[in-house]
Amino acid sequence: MDIITARDVRFVYDNGEPEPGAAPQDPILVLDGVSLAVRQGEFLALLGHNGSGKSTLAKHFNAMLLPTGGQILVRDMDTADEDQKYEIRRTVGMVLQNPDNQLVSTIVEEDVAFGPENLGVEPAEIRRRVDDALKTVGMYEYRAHAPHKLSGGQKQRVAIAGILAMQPDCLVLDEPTAMLDPQGRREVLDTVSRLNKERGMTVVLITHYMEEAARADRVVVMDDGHIRMEGTPREVFSQVEALRAIELDVPQPTELCFELRRRGVPLPDGILTAEECAQAISLFMEEPLCR
Amino acid sequence: MLNGITIGQYFPGDSLLHRMDPRVKLVLTFVYIFAVFIPQNWIGLALAVGFLVFSVAVSRLPVKLVLKSVKPIIPLIIFTSALNIFYVSEGVHLFDWGFIHITTQGLVTAAFIGIRILSLIAGSSLLTYTTSPTTLTDALERLMKPLKVVHLNVHELAMMMTIALRFIPTLVEETDKIMSAQKARGADMESGGLMQRVRALIPILIPLFVSSFRRAYELATAMECRCYRGGEGRTRMKQLHMNGMDGVCIAVLAVLVAGLFVLNFVIPAAL
Repeated sequence: MDIITARDVRFVYDNGEPEPGAAPQDPILVLDGVSLAVRQGEFLALLGHNGSGKSTLAKHFNAMLLPTGGQILVRDMDTADEDQKYEIRRTVGMVLQNPDNQLVSTIVEEDVAFGPENLGVEPAEIRRRVDDALKTVGMYEYRAHAPHKLSGGQKQRVAIAGILAMQPDCLVLDEPTAMLDPQGRREVLDTVSRLNKERGMTVVLITHYMEEAARADRVVVMDDGHIRMEGTPREVFSQVEALRAIELDVPQPTELCFELRRRGVPLPDGILTAEECAQAISLFMEEPLCR
Repeated sequence: MLNGITIGQYFPGDSLLHRMDPRVKLVLTFVYIFAVFIPQNWIGLALAVGFLVFSVAVSRLPVKLVLKSVKPIIPLIIFTSALNIFYVSEGVHLFDWGFIHITTQGLVTAAFIGIRILSLIAGSSLLTYTTSPTTLTDALERLMKPLKVVHLNVHELAMMMTIALRFIPTLVEETDKIMSAQKARGADMESGGLMQRVRALIPILIPLFVSSFRRAYELATAMECRCYRGGEGRTRMKQLHMNGMDGVCIAVLAVLVAGLFVLNFVIPAAL
């Protein structure tokens, strides 16, 4: 079952009226015929370098942007349907990049309550949802704190709780770790994968960190407004040269194995984590001893 | 340098005053501000001040804190009192020199005005000390609801206040960062005359403004993602409830106001 379906989506970014005297600028085609289905319960990573159109595509998923051509369906709702806008935004919750600029209130728990308050949920039910969401992201002890006193990772977790309190079916995270330190990145990513594994939450993670994409069930690689590759992390990252051609790196362990293989070391294909890499190398080292 | 800023001056606690319904507290503070101007005699004034001292005791705030709130307006008090001393010409003349007359009546009026302003400021700071800014905004929103009739969008006003309070620390932090960045490039902010210093602020204010607009845009996006569509059909997690204690507080202040009026009739005016 698909939660989000994109059919041949095109999006033209209009520069507006050119300044008098300046040469008329061509409208920029950001998305050029993107078709993609997000399945219920999956962890999908959307990968691409800056300007590949991945964030633009994400903003189409909750009707923040409307396609110039093609169609986006969230469940059975067309994002172009103005009447369904808020139901779509409730269904597809979106977490943005800068944790500072998406928290509204001066107290953590009141910020988490912001979404359900907008939806007109009963006060007692909001209280329940807020407590539940804060416990899920591990920020319950901080409920009475002021957001500006929290670390970046904690702020981003509060932002995730704020979306969870709206009880969405799908979580879209637009480069949620880009402004965080390594510790904060780990906190956020662990929270997201736990939500996916334990709660069956559908997750769409937009990122340009390969290590993060490697934790997903499925990776979609975008470049220049097109989907270039799609498959499991193993399938995608084994195509090291194709990824390099569109200015993307592969996870470091994968790259190490790729280079070793190129120099004649017989290592298996599609290694993603440091553990797998270490294991494969030690297995290779032990082999001659066995003979 | 900007780290010392506290907003709303909220001083957390669990006293009777902290737990009072913010709407009741807000209205009663306004009533008290008016009540300070009722007494025309010393006993009444003492009663009004006594009520304030009692409230401070109940709030369990450090007395120093309340005194600190009054400190910045002392020059104002001295100025108004002085004005009254020279202006009032009734009563026994104590000192005459040219057009300057100091009379007993003038001194009494000055003292009255001084004490009234002091109680007024201390009373209202008691409100901000015992109420968090968010709660205060909330109370304001609910109290001003009737103004919808005159097409004032109370919800939007309250939302703006909340967002402003939320972003003050963030922007202060950012200002610090920009200042460091400009200093690292050789900006001089500590020397020169007034004009030079004001001019030195420009390279700080411009980046700050630009980034504020960017923040505002991103915040608007985030709010839309969270289904924000104004105050229409919006509910609140925290409901405000009045309880018996609020009733008692209202009654106590009502008795005080009534008492002050009665005293004005019973005791001859000192003014």
